[in-house]
Amino acid sequence: MTLKTSGPIHRPRPQPGLFQTLALAGALAGVAGYAIWTTARRHGAGAVHPPDDAPGRTATRSRFGRHAVTGRTVTIARPRQEVYEFWRDFRNLEGVMENVTQIEAEGAMTRWTIRGPADTHLRVETETVSDRPGEQIAWQSTPGSQIETKGKIMFRDAPGRRGTEVEAIIAYVPPGGRVGQIIAKLFQAEPAIQGRRDLKRLKMLLETGEVATSANRKSA
Amino acid sequence: MRALTWQGKHDVRVETMPDPEIVNPRDAIIEVTSTAICGSDLHLYDGVIPGMLAGDILGHEFMGRVVDTGPGSTLQKGQRVVVPFTISCGSCFFCSHQQYAACDNSNPAEKQDVSEKLYGHATGGLFGYSHLTGGYPGGQAEYVRVPFSDVGPIVIPDGMEDDDVLFLSDILPTGWMAAANADIGPDDTVVVWGCGPVGLFAIQSALAMGAARVIGIDHYPNRLALARKLGAQVIDYTQTHVLEALMELSGGLGPDAVIDAVGMEAHGFAPDTVMDNFKQTVGVGADSGHALREALMAVRKGGRVSVPGVYGGFLDKFPLGALMEKGLQLRTGQTHVQKYTAELLRRIQEGELDTTFLISHRLPLEDAARGYDNFKTNQNDWTKVVLKPGLQV
Repeated sequence: MTLKTSGPIHRPRPQPGLFQTLALAGALAGVAGYAIWTTARRHGAGAVHPPDDAPGRTATRSRFGRHAVTGRTVTIARPRQEVYEFWRDFRNLEGVMENVTQIEAEGAMTRWTIRGPADTHLRVETETVSDRPGEQIAWQSTPGSQIETKGKIMFRDAPGRRGTEVEAIIAYVPPGGRVGQIIAKLFQAEPAIQGRRDLKRLKMLLETGEVATSANRKSA
Repeated sequence: MRALTWQGKHDVRVETMPDPEIVNPRDAIIEVTSTAICGSDLHLYDGVIPGMLAGDILGHEFMGRVVDTGPGSTLQKGQRVVVPFTISCGSCFFCSHQQYAACDNSNPAEKQDVSEKLYGHATGGLFGYSHLTGGYPGGQAEYVRVPFSDVGPIVIPDGMEDDDVLFLSDILPTGWMAAANADIGPDDTVVVWGCGPVGLFAIQSALAMGAARVIGIDHYPNRLALARKLGAQVIDYTQTHVLEALMELSGGLGPDAVIDAVGMEAHGFAPDTVMDNFKQTVGVGADSGHALREALMAVRKGGRVSVPGVYGGFLDKFPLGALMEKGLQLRTGQTHVQKYTAELLRRIQEGELDTTFLISHRLPLEDAARGYDNFKTNQNDWTKVVLKPGLQV
């Protein structure tokens, strides 16, 4: 066997033609397709599944028609009755609800002024439709409200000494439909975002006596 | 007041900002007497941590005198305090389990969305860091608003110098927790990647916890000399094959515990670092993890991996197989400072721990930008910079 030692080898590399390019693209698409197929097969797509125990709002496909349904659970390290009573006096919620500028309560009726996207204000009137002390409060909007909404907040003992699990569920018809919902999200005035933040502020206030802020001055 | 503000990548400036005031009942206002630049400030300086806004006041290692208190504060005006960099409410699930850095109530609700998306759960609040961690104005300033001042700050007895206790705010407990997370036993060989301030304190802590042998890895001669002075053996990774050397130095068994005190901006001319740096540069947000990868390869079967180094996003080519097949344990996290401050203060008072040996420079606050520049570019000589707002320029 002889080793070639002299002279550089110059063999012009053929440019890939259209055929080769298409063949490569086809092969890649085939591999990707196979990967999707085998993943889906392992995932059990197409099989019939009995319902699970997860809250309906976490389902991958909405079961609520034109209503948007959102909800959130927080654990608050305070006794159940205390958390319930704080919430029951709706005026307390002004301190934890970022987008609610005013709350007026009168009997079973409550009027909420809510800051909407781009400096708009929405007036919502709700009627308390169920009030089980220490357990649950439910409400729904009256026909004159600018948003059609209903919701409930539930209080249950957390395991051991962890306090109270507070679960809020809000169903509403997004003004402007799906597009309106996306716009509201952009302005961070969407109930899913606000609800989540408001429950966290409720937790802060009840657990620590104050709502955390990084503002260096009161006016800021 | 005067304060060091972040303006962008490699651009920090001392500017005049409004004085802080009491906002919440449990607040206190501290007049800063000493504050340090931390290695994790360099991650902000290098622009690799998301969620920074121009004008943010940096600094999370600080101490000073109490000048104002809210009605819910337990501090008294005139007291000298060191303030932990983690803001903790003291009463949530995590604080009551001494996991103070994971506090549920210190990161403002409207700032929690991003970390909840990024990490699955919102982080706690930190001073002088990203808006992911609350965007709290930091301690490289003349005054700081300290929330939950009845929980975090530790009162310093008269007669102790600032420099003796300043590092209780972060790097001393961070080095200590790094060693604690490595579960060190008396016959153990412990290896520490990175002999910066946290790495040096981790070495000191590992020895205090009774490790038989501690090995420090770096490439700056001065930092390696400091590690050696503490009693560690040293490896300069620019002149040694680290994995091979660690096998030999640990009797062929491999080190029992490894500590990554480097984090997301690992250097070293290795192919994975080049790739990580490329991705960081083009902004795909991958952390650089050469030190961690090497630590996972080095540690013995069934060994412990402790990660005090900061990571912010995703790490490619993480040797998960080594973790599983060797049956390793990995522990990490921001430091639960309040869990350790009382014990570490006692150890300082009794002379068991020296905290001043790594201070290389003391500068007036006005010189902070020069401090950042040198701490970044001249790491051999600038091991630790302490800023003193009271010092004259």
